[in-house]
Amino acid sequence: MQPLYFKRFEMDFSITGYCLISEKKVIVNDQLRFYQENFLNFANFIKSLYKLEEINYPKFYKMDSLSKLGFLASELVLKVSSIKKYREDELGVVLSNSSSSLDTDIVYQNTINDRFNYFPSPSVFVYTLPNIVIGEICIKFNIKGENAFLISETFNGRLICNYVNEMMEKNRVQACLCGWVEYLGDKFETLVMLVEKSGFIDKQSNLGYCPTPFTEQHLNQLLHRN
Amino acid sequence: MEELITKLKKEVIEQLNLEDISVDNIDPEAPLFGEGLGLDSIDALELIVLLEKNYGIKIEDPKDGKKIFYSIKTMAEYITDHKKVQ
Repeated sequence: MQPLYFKRFEMDFSITGYCLISEKKVIVNDQLRFYQENFLNFANFIKSLYKLEEINYPKFYKMDSLSKLGFLASELVLKVSSIKKYREDELGVVLSNSSSSLDTDIVYQNTINDRFNYFPSPSVFVYTLPNIVIGEICIKFNIKGENAFLISETFNGRLICNYVNEMMEKNRVQACLCGWVEYLGDKFETLVMLVEKSGFIDKQSNLGYCPTPFTEQHLNQLLHRN
Repeated sequence: MEELITKLKKEVIEQLNLEDISVDNIDPEAPLFGEGLGLDSIDALELIVLLEKNYGIKIEDPKDGKKIFYSIKTMAEYITDHKKVQ
């Protein structure tokens, strides 16, 4: 049996929307959505973006940084997408990163380091797994399809492509929110995409964004675009 | 009591990351869960930690939580009755 990593896929899948969040700026479907000239820190940056988008979701403030990143990127992709044509179990989520939930793990560790000041925080503890960001996205958008969180040392477009292709080719999902959500110590990088089967693409959606082939090459281009 | 209620409101806002809520927005007699501030089960655990960390009060029987955390006012009354450390 051919390993998944080298498998060739026959069906035609496309990126029909994406959101790139890096320090200072946010790009959605090739359009600059937000720019912060004087980047102070992640907390300030992400709160400014949340306010600008006029999102009313109080639970956002309770999330850890990784979840805030993934949640906002997904929100920006999905608000201009026509995902309502899919059943809730036809949409999957596959995210990946390098640092897992290490940033929040450290925050939690700091609440239990000192045995004379030992107050483990329940609200921090619940975010000490990387796939919690997927849970937050699924709750907000009522997504019940297959999901996975993959860890790789650096961004691995081939791994993401192959995993999502396998899910979609086997019809386990009809569309998939996928990408890279990395956060550690105020450094972050996020690319979240909506991938759909080419025959399912609604030409009226995504504010005129032209779908691009879902390939490793295109993922690398999107992540490293300026 | 008024002073403790205001202090508690500030602590709850900070501890539970209630970003868009100010001290004046919280009715001390309004239910904290279900309606009012719309807190959840993780918030309940966080309030238990708050009582222990800031007031040295350990809740031994979880069943008491429902009464203690009904509102800011009931929390303040419980603290007044049980406080060990300021």
